[in-house]
Amino acid sequence: MADIHIAGVTKRYGEKNVLDTFSLEIRDGECFTLLGPSGCGKTVLLRLIAGFEPPDGGVIRIDGETVADPASGLHLPPDQRGLGMVFQDYAVWPHRDVYENVAYPLKLARTEPSVLRERTMRAIHLVGLEGLEKRLPSQLSGGQQQRVALARALVPEPRLLLLDEPLNNLDANLREEMRFEIKSLQKKLGVTILYITHDQEIALGISDRIAVMDEHGRLRQTGAPEEVYERPADDFIFRFLGVANLLPVRREGEALYVQGISAPWRGPVPDKAGDILTAGFRPSDVLLEHDNGDDSAGLPGVVCRASFLGAQMDYLIDIAGTLIRAALPAHECLNRNLLFVEGDACRVMLATAQWFEGEIANRGVL
Amino acid sequence: MGNTSRFGTAQFLFALSVGILVAVVAVPMLLIFFNAFWVNGHFNIADVIRVLRQGETYKALLNSLFLSSGVTVTGTLVGTFFAWLVTRTDLPFKRTMKLLFLVPFMLPAFIGALAWKMLLSPRAGYINRLFMDIFGFDGPIFDIYSYAGIILVETMYLFPFVFIQVSGALERMDPTLEESARISGADLFTITRKITIPLVLPSILSGALLIMLYSMAHFGTVAVLGAETGIYNIPTLIYEKIHQSAGSFDSIRTATVLATVLVIAAAFILWLQNRVLSQGRYQIIAGKSFRPSELKLRGWRVPMFVFCMFYIALTIVLPTATIFMVGGLKTYGLPFVSENMTWNNYKYILFEWDLTRDAIWNSVSLGLIAALVTMFAGVIISYVIVKMKVRGKGFLEFLGMLPFSVPGSVIALGVILAWSGKFGINLYNTVWIILVAYVARYMAFSLKANSAALEQVHDSLVEAARASGATMWQALKDIVIPLVRPGMMAAFFLIFLPALRELTVSVLLYGPTTRTIGVAIYTLNEDGETVYSAALAGIALVIIVTGEILIKRLVAGKNNG
Ligand SMILES: Nc1ncnc2c1ncn2[C@@H]1O[C@H](COP(=O)(O)OP(=O)(O)OP(=O)(O)O)[C@@H](O)[C@H]1O
Ligand SMILES: [Mg+2]
Repeated sequence: MADIHIAGVTKRYGEKNVLDTFSLEIRDGECFTLLGPSGCGKTVLLRLIAGFEPPDGGVIRIDGETVADPASGLHLPPDQRGLGMVFQDYAVWPHRDVYENVAYPLKLARTEPSVLRERTMRAIHLVGLEGLEKRLPSQLSGGQQQRVALARALVPEPRLLLLDEPLNNLDANLREEMRFEIKSLQKKLGVTILYITHDQEIALGISDRIAVMDEHGRLRQTGAPEEVYERPADDFIFRFLGVANLLPVRREGEALYVQGISAPWRGPVPDKAGDILTAGFRPSDVLLEHDNGDDSAGLPGVVCRASFLGAQMDYLIDIAGTLIRAALPAHECLNRNLLFVEGDACRVMLATAQWFEGEIANRGVL
Repeated sequence: MGNTSRFGTAQFLFALSVGILVAVVAVPMLLIFFNAFWVNGHFNIADVIRVLRQGETYKALLNSLFLSSGVTVTGTLVGTFFAWLVTRTDLPFKRTMKLLFLVPFMLPAFIGALAWKMLLSPRAGYINRLFMDIFGFDGPIFDIYSYAGIILVETMYLFPFVFIQVSGALERMDPTLEESARISGADLFTITRKITIPLVLPSILSGALLIMLYSMAHFGTVAVLGAETGIYNIPTLIYEKIHQSAGSFDSIRTATVLATVLVIAAAFILWLQNRVLSQGRYQIIAGKSFRPSELKLRGWRVPMFVFCMFYIALTIVLPTATIFMVGGLKTYGLPFVSENMTWNNYKYILFEWDLTRDAIWNSVSLGLIAALVTMFAGVIISYVIVKMKVRGKGFLEFLGMLPFSVPGSVIALGVILAWSGKFGINLYNTVWIILVAYVARYMAFSLKANSAALEQVHDSLVEAARASGATMWQALKDIVIPLVRPGMMAAFFLIFLPALRELTVSVLLYGPTTRTIGVAIYTLNEDGETVYSAALAGIALVIIVTGEILIKRLVAGKNNG
C-alpha cells in the first residue's frame, strides 16, 4: 500500500559512486524485482530506502511522504518508515527464540497480547516453522533462519516489504513454495514488495515488473518480465537473463553471412540497421536436424558435447568456430531420432533471435 | 545510522564518549606534558633534559630500566620453562600444576614483597635470623633489600604473563610440524631449536614485553623493598616527589618529566608488542587444540615434579603462610610458637580499628563503583567506535587507545594536576579523585572486553530491530545490551578484582580518611605496624582469592549452562 519514488539518488563510499543520480518508480501494490550482478549496489539501494543510510543526493519518497532529502537535511529514521525487511544475512537475533523473534515487531507496536499471539503464530505457520517456536536460532538450519526472518518481516503487515535475497538459502522445492507464498500474500494484503536478487528465474517468476542494473549501478531496463525477457534493451540484459548464445552475422545487401561460412544464411530477419550484427538466442530457441547435405537449410555445426539432463538434452555445438548451446526436449530427440553424440555433424536452425548491432563477443556459453 | 544530519542520539553518544575520555584520560595526560615541557611561559626542552640529568632522576630512570630488564629476562626464562614442562612433557599432575602456576597472578606483588621482607630482610628476616642464630652464620644469607631481591620477588609474581602466552601457543601448535621434522631425521634438540622455538617466539616475546611494561610501572615491590637502601624506580620516585615534598613546583615538575618518560616507554613497548603479534599471526599455529606430542622425562620425571612442588611451596605457600602467621603474632619478631599467637589482631582490624575498617569499605565500594561506571562507559564508547558512523570517529579511536598506554602512577599524577582545584573542582583528599583515576586506569580493560563482544554483534541485527519499528534506544536495550552482556560481565570483574588490591594509583591519591586496602597495608608497614599490616594483608588475600574463585565458578557455570 505504498509507492516508492526515487529521484536522482546518489550514494558515495569514499571515492566511489555506488549509485549516481539513480531514479526509479515503484507502484503501489506491485511486486517489483531488482536484478543485477553481485556488487552492483542493490543492497545499498535497499538500505537507502529503509533509512539505514542517508543518500548523498536526491530524494526518496514513500507513499508520497519524503523520507530522505539531503538537500533539506531530512532523514526519517528506519523505525518510522513502516516497512518490513528481510536481510541478506537473515539478521535473526541469536538471543531470542523463533517466537520472540517473530513477535518483536508486534511487541514494539504494543499489540494486544491475544492478537499478538495469534498473529505471531499465523506468521510462523505461514513459513512452515510451527513446532519450532521455542528453538534458538543456533538450533536452526540456514533455511529455517531465513524463514524466521521472513515471518518477522511479514508479521506487522507493513505497507512495504523490502526483501534482499530472502530465498537464496532454501532448497529448490521450498524456494518455489515460498515464492508462491510471498506472491499470494502480496495479492491478499496489497503490500508493495521490492525484491532483490540475482537469480533471474525467481525474478521472472514472481514479479509484476523487473528492473535490471549493470555493474556500475545504472538501470538498464525496466518493464514487465515478459517484455524484458523477450525484448531486452541490449545484449547485457539479454546475457543476464539466461544462457545466451551470440552469433556474429554480416549483412551484404539482402543476404546474411555467418563468419566462416560461405553460403548465405536464411535465418530470422534482422530488425536492426547496420551491416555488422549479432544474433542472440537461447538454447531453447535452437532446432536441430541431421546433416543432409542441403546447404540451404540452417547452419552447419559439429556437436562438441552432449549431456542428458533428464527432461532435456543439452548440446554444445561448434558453428564455424562459434560455440553455442542448444537444449532440446529429451522426448522429442528420442521420437525424432535426434540423439547426437560427440563429433556428429548437424544442421542448426533458429526459431527466433534477438538482434544487436555490432559484433559482440560470445562469452560464458560453455 | 539514525540521524546523521541533525543532532540526534548518535551525536549525543559520540559527544558523551569523547567527553568521558577527554575528562578522565586526555586532560590529565595533556596536563602532565604541559607541566613537563612548559616552563615560565615557554616550551623548554633543555630544562626537561636538565631535570633528567639530575642525580636522583637519572638514577631512578636507570633503576627502572635495569630492574624491568632483569625481571623480564628471569620472568621469561621461568615462564617459558614451566610452560614447556606442563604442555610438552609427561610431568605428573600437569593440569593441577598448570593451575598452580597461575596462582601468583591472583596475589598482589606488594603483599608478596611484604612477606619476603619479613623472611629475608637482612637483620630481622626470619630466614636470615634462623641461619644467623641457629646455624651461626655471621651475616644474612640473602639480603632482600637489593636489586637481586627486587628482581626475584617481581619475577615470582610476573612470570605468569609469559607462562600463559607460551603454554597457550605450545598447546595450539600443530604437532605434525615437529613430527615431520623428526621423520626427516632431526633429533629433539634440533627440532626444539629449529622448529619449536621459532614458532612460539612471538608468544614468548609478547609475554616478555608485558612483563617489562608491568614491571617498569610497578610501584609496590620497589617501594617495600627498595626504600631502605635508597633504590628508587620511576613510580616510587614520583610518589616520593608528590608525597614527601608536599607539592612544591619543582618536585611536581620532576614528577611530570618522569611520568612523560614512563608514558613514552609504555607506548613504545605496546607498539613493539603489536608488531610482534601481527608478525606472529603468519606463524603456523593452528587455532584448534591438538594433542601435542609429549617428551618422556624418564629419570627426570620425579625430580622435575619435586622441583615444581618446591618452587610452588617457596613462592606461593611460604609467603602466604608468613603473612597469616605474622598477622597472628602478638609482637613482630617473636618466634612462631603458640603462646605468641593471637586472633586479636584480626579481630581488631576487622571490627574495631576505624582506619582498617574504612580501608576495606573504601576498597570494596570504590571497586564496585569504578567497575560499574567503567563498564557502562566502556560499552558506550566501544559502541560508538565499533558500530556507529559519525564524523570525527578517528579522533575517538585515538582517544580510546590512550588508556592502554598510561601507567597507573601517570594517571594518578595527571588526576592530581587536573582535579586539585586548578580548574574549579577540587577532589583532592576525597574518594572521588581515586574513583576518577580508577575509571581512567581500568578503561582499557572495559574497552577491550566490550569491543570484543560488540564485534560479534553484526550491524544487521540492530538494523533488523530498527526496521521492525524499534527506536535507537529500544534497539540498544533489546538487542545490543543482551548480546554484549557477557562482555560487560567480563569487564566488570576485570575491573573489580584488581581494584580491590590496587596500590600504585591510590597511594598517590589517598587522604586521611580515604585509604584503600593496599594503601593501608603499605602505610601500616611503613609506620612499623608490621603485625597489623600483615593481618590486613591476610584478610585482603582471603577476600581476593574468594572473589577470584567465586567468579571463576560463575563464569564456568555460565559457559556450561
Ligand atoms: N559500507 C560500505 N562502505 C564501502 N563500500 C560499500 C559499502 N557498502 C557497499 N559498498 C560497495 O558498494 C557496492 C555495492 O554493494 P552492494 O552491497 O549494494 O552490492 P549488491 O548489489 O547487494 O551485491 P550482492 O548481490 O553481492 O549482494 C560494492 O562495490 C560495495 O563494495
Ligand atoms: Mg546485496
